[in-house]
Amino acid sequence: MTSAIQMVDITKTFPGVTANDNIDFSVDKAEIHGLLGENGAGKSVLMSILYGLYKPDSGDILVDGEKVDISGPSDAMRLGIGMVHQHFMLVPSLTVVENVILGREPTVNGVTLDMERMLRDVAESCKRYKLDVDIEAPVYQLPVGVQQRVEILKALYRGADVLILDEPTSVLTPGETEELFNAVRELKADGKTVIFISHKLREVLAICDRITVLKRGKVVGTVLAAETGEGQLAEMMVGRKIVYEFTKEAECGLEPVLRLEGLECLSDRGIPALRGLDLDLCGSEILGVAGVEGNGQTELVEAVMGLRELTGGSVKLDGQDITDTQPKTRIQMGVSHIPEDRHKRAIVPDFSVLENLVLGSQRDRFTRNGVSIDFAEAKRFSTDMINDYQIATPGPETLIRYLSGGNQQRVVVAREFSRDPPVVIAAQPTRGLDVGATEYVRRKLVEMRDHGAGVLLISADLDEIWALSDRVAVIYEGSIVAVKAVDETDVQEIGLLMAGGGNE
Amino acid sequence: MVELLDLINTGLFAAAIRMATPIAYAALGGMFSERVGVMNIGLEGIMLTSAFGGVAVSYYTGSAWLGVVAAVLVGGLLGLFHAIITVKYAGDQVVSGTGINILAAGFTAYMSQVIWGTRGSSDAVNSIPDLTIPVLKQIPVLGEVFGTHSPLVYLMPIITAASYYVLFKTPLGLRIRAVGEHPTAAETAGVDVVKIKYMCIILSGMLAGIGGAFLSLSHLNVFNKGMTGGRGFIAMAAMIFGKWMPFSVFGASLLFGFADALQMRLQSLGILPPQIILAIPYVLTVAILAGVVGKAKPPSDYKPYEKE
Amino acid sequence: MSERLTAAVRRVFGGGDGLQGLMIQVAAILIAFIVGAAVLAVTGYSPVDAYVSMASGAFGSSYGVGQTLTQATPIVFTSIAFLIGLKAGLFNIGIEGQFLMGAMGATLAGVYLDGLPWVIHVPLTILVGMIAGALWSLIPAVLKSRFDAHEVITTMMLSYVATHFTSYLVNYPFKAPGWVAQSLKISGSAELPRILPPTQLSAAIFVAVIVTVASTYFLQKTIMGYELRATGLNPSAAENAGISIDRNILVSMALSGAVAGLGGACEVMGIHRRFIQGFSPGYGWDGLAVALVGGLNPVGSFFASVLFGALRSGGMIMTRATGVPLDIVKILQALVIMFVAAPKLIRALLRRER
Repeated sequence: MTSAIQMVDITKTFPGVTANDNIDFSVDKAEIHGLLGENGAGKSVLMSILYGLYKPDSGDILVDGEKVDISGPSDAMRLGIGMVHQHFMLVPSLTVVENVILGREPTVNGVTLDMERMLRDVAESCKRYKLDVDIEAPVYQLPVGVQQRVEILKALYRGADVLILDEPTSVLTPGETEELFNAVRELKADGKTVIFISHKLREVLAICDRITVLKRGKVVGTVLAAETGEGQLAEMMVGRKIVYEFTKEAECGLEPVLRLEGLECLSDRGIPALRGLDLDLCGSEILGVAGVEGNGQTELVEAVMGLRELTGGSVKLDGQDITDTQPKTRIQMGVSHIPEDRHKRAIVPDFSVLENLVLGSQRDRFTRNGVSIDFAEAKRFSTDMINDYQIATPGPETLIRYLSGGNQQRVVVAREFSRDPPVVIAAQPTRGLDVGATEYVRRKLVEMRDHGAGVLLISADLDEIWALSDRVAVIYEGSIVAVKAVDETDVQEIGLLMAGGGNE
Repeated sequence: MVELLDLINTGLFAAAIRMATPIAYAALGGMFSERVGVMNIGLEGIMLTSAFGGVAVSYYTGSAWLGVVAAVLVGGLLGLFHAIITVKYAGDQVVSGTGINILAAGFTAYMSQVIWGTRGSSDAVNSIPDLTIPVLKQIPVLGEVFGTHSPLVYLMPIITAASYYVLFKTPLGLRIRAVGEHPTAAETAGVDVVKIKYMCIILSGMLAGIGGAFLSLSHLNVFNKGMTGGRGFIAMAAMIFGKWMPFSVFGASLLFGFADALQMRLQSLGILPPQIILAIPYVLTVAILAGVVGKAKPPSDYKPYEKE
Repeated sequence: MSERLTAAVRRVFGGGDGLQGLMIQVAAILIAFIVGAAVLAVTGYSPVDAYVSMASGAFGSSYGVGQTLTQATPIVFTSIAFLIGLKAGLFNIGIEGQFLMGAMGATLAGVYLDGLPWVIHVPLTILVGMIAGALWSLIPAVLKSRFDAHEVITTMMLSYVATHFTSYLVNYPFKAPGWVAQSLKISGSAELPRILPPTQLSAAIFVAVIVTVASTYFLQKTIMGYELRATGLNPSAAENAGISIDRNILVSMALSGAVAGLGGACEVMGIHRRFIQGFSPGYGWDGLAVALVGGLNPVGSFFASVLFGALRSGGMIMTRATGVPLDIVKILQALVIMFVAAPKLIRALLRRER
């Protein structure tokens, strides 16, 4: 029997990184094949190559045993390969049917849409694959789980025999996940092949026939789901044997500086993002929040800063309830914030270095009369900061967008830390920075801790959390599933918790 | 009060239909442009330039119908210009439209002085004769309202129906709606976003061009400086009031045309200030945007589309 | 919503700034004049003669300079009004309406608050004009912050409402005797004096200079101006720094309307001395264009206003001397606007020429 898809000896490098290193990957016909790995293991790159979004440096792709050249998504579609991305590509006000047929519209006479045929065809595929969708409803009225089914319908309508699902459960509720799994099983029963990308152990075990594990761009191995378990998979993912030992949770010795109780809020898409999150941050500590991205980290930060409306829970600073205060008040009370998206949240690119350093303190530190900004003071301050934080800039008046990412981040760090805050929220503080700047920012975080501040470090980089934190909290699906002192745990245990394993 | 009632006669309704026609053409044009995510503030200027172009061609060729063709071409050309600035060069839609309006005012006045030597208006030219529909004309009341009009008036409902058909019954319409609302989704589904945008913006200019031709070659037989008198902006109001749906846009245009016809008659009587009636379309539009009267949501967010 | 604000600002700024930005402005003006010359040549006029007589008419005599500045004055106000809105990311294209409402407010204060000494009457009249303009611009501001109603459409529509409303007022309740649709004359104590007779140049030019300086100071030095700019350039970051976006929408629109209203007031108090129906040939729209040509800063707007004023006053002289239709001036203005609208187009043209 020939494989549906065979990828032979695929290598893909990006500047500085080998994303895929001689990967051999094959998927049988009518198989549900899991592709498992941590963030950055190379799963998405491999599938992007299969879908024609990237060109591999070397290696071959065989579809049904024949060597093919896939140079774009249209080639992939022609070969019967469809992909459902994490971010849906649907037009909200169009109906399900219209979205499905868009770009491949059937017509009666070459001009008029063949409504009947559209409805019939789409209703038929719904029935065939047991995808329960109201096909005449506009897409915006549908819940996320149903929208995902529309994406699957779209791929099937375009003749997909092989369906790539990219982290399909990351946007779904548990109930919707179950429905998705049923649909995927129907697809298999009908002879379709499904590649299921995930980092969640349980899910791949529940749905897949075989699982291929990637780690740092290489295939660790392919195993039969029926013959493996969470322990073995986790070990393959992180590379060492996992020792299950759940010690007592570490706690603050004293009254915490920041106490989060039962935080609940919705994501931008309107689904619950934080689901009763509890967390205490003590003074003089770095508390790392580890987790796979999209488990509520962004919303956690916004909730603490007052930038996102809470549907439940409270935020206390030094014992004082600040749940209902404005962001401005929180900043003045000493909550500093290094945002995860520097260009979106942290800096105004068309402002000068000086103006960016003033941002947030324009109404207190940098005014004497409450009306105008004390630019003399701001200039003095900027010059100091440029020296103290070694910001490489022609001068304080230079627009910040002409600075390198590392220097922009130094400006942000200088601004936030100069307020001498009791609480620092650092979200992905070294993302996109070079080695020198990374080292610098990390040293500053430690310095802040040594000065008595409580530092909440949210990072997708487990090494970073490991290197800096006194305690580690693991966030999973909107709540904290464990808090450990670093010396009482190890990377493997945290990795397992991040993947949703072990929290019985 | 008796005087006011005297105003409401078949002549008023016939005039309302005439006044509605140029508004409706431009409003439908605006609708196509906005459907693909580009605001066309230049409708006013496009109408004016087309009105001028139509008269100029009729003046030189003696053929009013060639004038209409020229007006449509001129409109399409300005539409293309707007498309190049807003789509290709991602220039600002509002500024480009404003530029077109000012250019139109200047260019038409300048050229009419070059051609006819007067800054105010052109010579009289051949215009399109009215059409009388034989059977319809015999029917009492209806015959007086609908029986005799310019062919461009009768063309209007046909174009409205055609627009509806294209937008909601053809693949092209489906693509137009997708492009305006979510260009990236359309692109990934294999739709040529840029091509569709160009098409609709050019069409927008051509439709406004017919509206301009109606004014100068049918309603009148001369070009007057600034003769569109803000109808392009009323058209935008009609487009919003009609919520970007062809038949509703047509209906809104009729309503605003009626207001226009009514205020002209009121002017002679002096019962109700015409300015109040003239302001109504704009007030209604603001109200509907604010959600006071229903809720109008534009079909796009007017962002320039840039391919990744 | 916030993304739209940034996009609007970025589109207008075109990603250029500083010297490069200035170069784009200058190039846009030059290209417009070249195209204008082509239009002149094709229609049988000498571009050189036309431009020379235009320039000498606008700047060659004290009368010319006076008229140039007279024409420039209202545009200084409307362009600064427009750019204050845009700095906060708002496209206030209803300046014309706010300008008219300001003019009407000032007229009523000038006519009916009679018997005051001028030291009180002049500032009071100006203040009423500013308030009238600000109130008119607050309508779309509230509609935007409350209902997310697109300000381009609402300001434009309200601008026409203002045109008809003020026209109604001078045709009916406040109509002066006679057949012209105009108000009564404001009392002498509310007039701004003419400073360079026989030209119409009035003390309004000083008010324009003050507004230029004050708005520069406001935008560059004050906390409010700083927060307003931050909101326009990056609303997310502004919000993150504790700045309220809704509040800034209201503040910038109110200020924008107040400056436009001030412009209307000055035009009435310095030039016409009454509200005449249709007295504004579209100063509001000119303001939009001039603000862009001036690189979106008040000082640049001032000089761009002088350029547009010179086109108008020099244009009249040119028409008399050479017979070129005055409307070439409008064509030039429109061309400048369109080239400034698409900095990418200018860059593409410049690259091709090299």
